[in-house]
Amino acid sequence: MTEPRTRAEETAPATAATGTVAETVTQAAAQAAAQAATQATSEQVAAANPLSLPNPLRDPRDRRLPRVAEPCVLVLFGVTGDLAKRKLLPAIYDLGNRGLLPPGFSLVGFARRDWAHEDFAQVTYEAVKEHARTPFREEVWKQISEGIHFCPGTFDDDGAFDVLAMMLKEIDETRGTGGNYAFYLSVPPKYFPVVIEQLKRTNLAQGPSGSWRRVVVEKPFGHDLNSARELNALTNAVFPEESVFRIDHYLGKETVQNILALRFANTLYEPIWNRRYVDHIQITMAEDIGIGGRAGYYDGIGAARDVIQNHLLQLLALVAMEDPTFFDADSLRREKEKVLSAVQLPADLAAGTARGQYTRGWQGGEPVVGYLEEDGIPADSITETYAAVRLEVANRRWAGVPFYLRTGKRLSGRMTEVAVVFQRAPHLPFSKTDTEILGQNALVIRVQPDEGITVRFGSKVPGTAMEVRDVLMDFAYGESFMESSPEAYERLLLDVLIGDPPLFPHQREVELSWMIMDPIEEFWASQGRPEGYPAGTWGPASADEMLARDGRAWRRL
Amino acid sequence: MTTFNLTETTASKISSTLTRLRHQMGAPAVGMVLTLVAVVDEAGQYDAVRAATEAAREHPSRILVIINRSPNEHNRLDAEIRVGESAPGEVVLLRLYGELTEHAHSVITPLLLPDTPVVAWWPCQGPDVPAKDPVGRLAGRRITDAQAARDTVAAISGRADVYVPGDTDMAWTRLTPWRSLLAAAFDQPIGKVERGVVEGAAGNPSAPLLAAWLSDRLAAPIEVADSSGPGLTGVRLAVAGGGELVVTRTDARLATLSRPGHPDRRVALARRPTSELLAEELRRLDPDEVYASAIQRLAQLSKSR
Repeated sequence: MTEPRTRAEETAPATAATGTVAETVTQAAAQAAAQAATQATSEQVAAANPLSLPNPLRDPRDRRLPRVAEPCVLVLFGVTGDLAKRKLLPAIYDLGNRGLLPPGFSLVGFARRDWAHEDFAQVTYEAVKEHARTPFREEVWKQISEGIHFCPGTFDDDGAFDVLAMMLKEIDETRGTGGNYAFYLSVPPKYFPVVIEQLKRTNLAQGPSGSWRRVVVEKPFGHDLNSARELNALTNAVFPEESVFRIDHYLGKETVQNILALRFANTLYEPIWNRRYVDHIQITMAEDIGIGGRAGYYDGIGAARDVIQNHLLQLLALVAMEDPTFFDADSLRREKEKVLSAVQLPADLAAGTARGQYTRGWQGGEPVVGYLEEDGIPADSITETYAAVRLEVANRRWAGVPFYLRTGKRLSGRMTEVAVVFQRAPHLPFSKTDTEILGQNALVIRVQPDEGITVRFGSKVPGTAMEVRDVLMDFAYGESFMESSPEAYERLLLDVLIGDPPLFPHQREVELSWMIMDPIEEFWASQGRPEGYPAGTWGPASADEMLARDGRAWRRL
Repeated sequence: MTTFNLTETTASKISSTLTRLRHQMGAPAVGMVLTLVAVVDEAGQYDAVRAATEAAREHPSRILVIINRSPNEHNRLDAEIRVGESAPGEVVLLRLYGELTEHAHSVITPLLLPDTPVVAWWPCQGPDVPAKDPVGRLAGRRITDAQAARDTVAAISGRADVYVPGDTDMAWTRLTPWRSLLAAAFDQPIGKVERGVVEGAAGNPSAPLLAAWLSDRLAAPIEVADSSGPGLTGVRLAVAGGGELVVTRTDARLATLSRPGHPDRRVALARRPTSELLAEELRRLDPDEVYASAIQRLAQLSKSR
């Protein structure tokens, strides 16, 4: 997120250098003097109190040095899961490869497998080889593999957790990890209570002073307001709120963080970022896949709880919030909470929401089955696989501007984006025929798969006639910055180990989101079966009608 | 990749060829964030272009490579333009003959991307005063490499005398993983460092620079000792009340960190290729004040010696 800011600043030194070099030399001398002065004072402080002194090798001006966590242990529950293999283990390697893991960093896997440390190391090795983003380097692997441990057992086995506690104590001694543990619960929510209870029983939840204990939980954070509160009460009874890290991996994506840079580091967008210029906002997460092997989890949950409650409402909050005072967790969360509590549901839920369920069809050239025919789905399921809602944000900036949120499975393509669609020009001096094919200006933040920003505006078609047509201006993230930007999980794991919470939703945000979703879910539950839509299309007709009633249409993606 | 050769040409012809190629290729140059000017000799050209092209994957750039040829020939400018899939930006190799070798900036100035930063890089022997060099004057960031100088240690020790904000040296960039590891080791309080030693291959300019940085930050005398290399091989810091914090690396890849009261730990600490060093340099283009105070300390130390 700091990259664009750097770009803005760097024009200054460039002009200074082309100007008078002598002047900058004097500045350098002055700076050196100032530095000498600060250093002198810090030495005095150090002399006065040698134990509380800050790390002498760190300097906020030294921006080459990356943030590195203290030596610590990451305990991973659910290492045999898909997420661990595809994302978490490779992310740990990638962090190591970028020099961001602390010396002594250790990884403990916990699962119901009869594995030795070496077997888990082998599993990790294969996951890294297959899925890591950065090239494989022997020395990085050596550093990581030295710290790999495995603890076999089930979650209800007291003995296994006693072994885990002993193992961690031993790791503190052999690896110098100082009692700092992060527990990553990559397990279905039904196991949370027992795992958390075990951590409490074995005293692993509370570290000695000077060390930290953190717990990382994945979505879903409950399935409605009450269950979210129960889950939280359970976690908070053992871990204080500041030690709980809720992962919404969308927030770890570069583009999502870039929304804040785009909005708050520039002057270009802020003046038009309000109801006077914005016509409406569309937030979409479309998937081309079906439910795959997630039938057990997905049925009864549905698209709205699975995606809108967390990812899309978080995107809405980032797009609609006011500017935070500082770029820290408290200020950011405060603004997000403010805007989430200003979200208003449509007065008529039947007209302001739409839901669907995919039926047999062709998806990208392949025949696919309908939702009700998927393995493990009851034939009378009323779970929606497509959901769209029309929300408003009741504040001065956004009053009257609809926010259309939609998500679905088995749609035509895979695409997540936020589109800010602007009003038409109040007056066009051109004749009607000249601007017939001119649409509305739009600013689109593409979250995945091709991260970037697109601006759509009208331009004259070359030729003698004055004909205006929409054109696109494109900023591809990968093109201007990294070849491959860090995976969301890399960033989030690093933040957990450092203890930096801005990118993790607070419990209050989770609850506010459920307050928005609960009435919609209740209404849907009373409405019988969702409307069918053939797989490989852009969702049910009712969703199109929902926008048509407002005189608008979904963007074709 | 498309290569385009122009002989006995001018900057404006090169510029229009670039524009034409860009249109033909369907705008591959979109999103370029800076202009990188590399000043090299013919022998160093291949490696410099390769490193710059690789770094351009992270920082899409227009890369201008100045190769000074014989000053005794008649004035002439030859250009080789490379645009293509291997990197997102553009590469222009400029070969200068005759008196033109003294006026490279006149070729460069019209070819700089408008309103974006300019970085000058001397992978070979650089100018004595980078900020006063005709090419260096155009740049907001000037990257030298003491390692390439005839007297490497003298080169890095002399940088402070001519320092202007925006100067930096690859000898410093090479230290980042070492500094990062040492800083991480100091994250847990260890007490006052009384003295220390940095060990490295003889003539490695990074060794005295690391010693100067450590002595600047820790306010303790830090010696430099020669070892058989490769590169830096170790840092030993004696802590008040006995005990030593030691980082050793003998194979240029894997280091061992030991500190009193803690088990030894191995940490990956590989030497990095030039492309990665350059990419790190291009990541932040504001003046590196920590580098400035390290070279000032180094200059003080070498003068008092």
